[in-house]
Amino acid sequence: MNHLIVLPILIPLFSGLGLLLKREGPATPRRLIALAATVALLVCGVLLMRQSASGIIQYYALGDWQPPFGIILVLDRLSALMVTLTALLALGSLCYASAGSDEEGSNFHGLFQLQLMGINGAFLTGDLFNLFVFFEVLLIASYSLLMHGGGKARIHSGFHYVVLNLAGSALFLIGLGVLYGTIGTLNMADMAARAPGLDSGRLVLAEAGAMLLLVVFGMKSAILPLYFWLPRAYAAAPAPVAALFAILTKVGIYAILRVFTLIFGPQAGSLANLAQPWVWWLALATLALGGIGVLSSRDLRTQVAYLIIISVGTLLAGIGMNSLDAHGALLYYMVHTTLITGGLFLLVDSIARQRGKAGARIVRGRSVQQVALLGTLFFVAALAVAGVPPFSGAVGKALLLQAATPDQQAWLWPILLSSSLAAIVALSRSGSTVFWRASGGGERSESRDSGDAPGIGALRTLGLLLLIGASPLLVAFAGPLSAYTEAAADQLADHEAYIQAILERHRTEGDS
Amino acid sequence: MEALFSMTTGVLAACGLFLALRGRTFPVVVGLTLLSYAVNLFLFSMGGLDTGGAVVLDDKGGSHADPLPQALVLTAIVIGFAMTAFSVILAMRARGDLGSDHVNGNRVDEPREERS
Repeated sequence: MNHLIVLPILIPLFSGLGLLLKREGPATPRRLIALAATVALLVCGVLLMRQSASGIIQYYALGDWQPPFGIILVLDRLSALMVTLTALLALGSLCYASAGSDEEGSNFHGLFQLQLMGINGAFLTGDLFNLFVFFEVLLIASYSLLMHGGGKARIHSGFHYVVLNLAGSALFLIGLGVLYGTIGTLNMADMAARAPGLDSGRLVLAEAGAMLLLVVFGMKSAILPLYFWLPRAYAAAPAPVAALFAILTKVGIYAILRVFTLIFGPQAGSLANLAQPWVWWLALATLALGGIGVLSSRDLRTQVAYLIIISVGTLLAGIGMNSLDAHGALLYYMVHTTLITGGLFLLVDSIARQRGKAGARIVRGRSVQQVALLGTLFFVAALAVAGVPPFSGAVGKALLLQAATPDQQAWLWPILLSSSLAAIVALSRSGSTVFWRASGGGERSESRDSGDAPGIGALRTLGLLLLIGASPLLVAFAGPLSAYTEAAADQLADHEAYIQAILERHRTEGDS
Repeated sequence: MEALFSMTTGVLAACGLFLALRGRTFPVVVGLTLLSYAVNLFLFSMGGLDTGGAVVLDDKGGSHADPLPQALVLTAIVIGFAMTAFSVILAMRARGDLGSDHVNGNRVDEPREERS
């Protein structure tokens, strides 16, 4: 058995437990352990991607209980990509956090590692109930991380976030119960194999269970009627945490993609393609409202949170289109948008730190000290996130626009492009307010005297460069990456191979 | 028995939902707890209800209980306990920090607290 598959869960588990035990004393050892564990995670992710590139679906049976009876972790191109993406994003936000924001409250690094464990587990698991467990692991870590450092705004939005997610977990369990009662298994491959043969009396129940799961995943990914918690929670969260949360919505999107292409995919008879029509229309509405939200926000943090809503709408539209090209394009866009929105949260925090009282609000205020560095990064990130050519957003959006069929184009093109336009307008307005309409130099010199550290420091710059610098790199290596994501989409569409890799191997081993 | 079981689950879920939609943190936490009880009962019954069956296996070939829902509901109970404890602490912290036990942090006498 290939033990590499379980490492993305074990590395953060053990480093996280160790970090929780070592809470006192200087911060440097904790930072080093956390950074080392995350680098190890990144290496592990890259190795997994190289292994999965061969196209063979591997699984890891925990405790050697063979599927469909035991819990398994499954490695395919999609899960390897998501694990690597998580590690990269985590490394950037951890570098940034290590410059000081990790010491605003206790246990930052331990919780951060446990959060990574939950995210990686959700990406790797091949069992629906295990997915629930990993969702809970990542949620309970995210509750504490969201309120890291305390303060009224965080407690306030934190309580809403916790209550909403507890209700979501209850729905998740009801959905799982219904699906187990009707299909008779919770192993994803086994469910996919059994779903087409359901008798008609159970179809309605199975459909209800599947739609309940869609509601839960939709809440995690912040689709239209369920996104209202997101801007406030993400705007209140500490910057490195908000940056890591950029992947949380993608966990929901990944779960929709996995469950509704594998289990309730085109092969599932009367349960085929249950979610896609719903997701398509709701995604378009999410896009439109996200565009309005970006235009109306008066705070840079809220603005970035609404940019996340736009990216969620774009990604879900890709799921709604339900074609190979669209899935490949959305995976490329997912890599881009996760890194860039994460980077933007960090950048906004750096800007707010240098503007004194004005903070992240989009008003005339004190000028930032490092106009050249922060201004350039903001320019790059804004163009990338809005999807303006030389950067990666343009490639991702072009791929998606190209993947739409003529019917879909009529809806997707105007809505996606006008939401991009809204993002450009809003970001250019906020960028020019923050960087150009700053008040005079007198206040600036005063600010230097007031004991602010000069500049944002090397670690923060490194974190920012890691995430925002990914955008030009994603363009430079767009060829290999989009080839990989297209292959991942192919693999995702091939249910037979997935079912065979997990169930057949077990049967032949049992015979020999 | 099925009718009684489903009525119990339904009443628990309805009470939980009603309380979870209240404006104060304490009823919300109690509501979420009731909701999780209802969900646990529901999960427990998903393998089918049966009386007089063997716990795990029966040599005589009679009916036996489905063990998987029991394992699942155990996991769900543990997670539910942890979450309830967490939300109780959080509600108390919110009461202390926001000076109000309203879910939106409003004070009783003021229509809306100023955002800090």
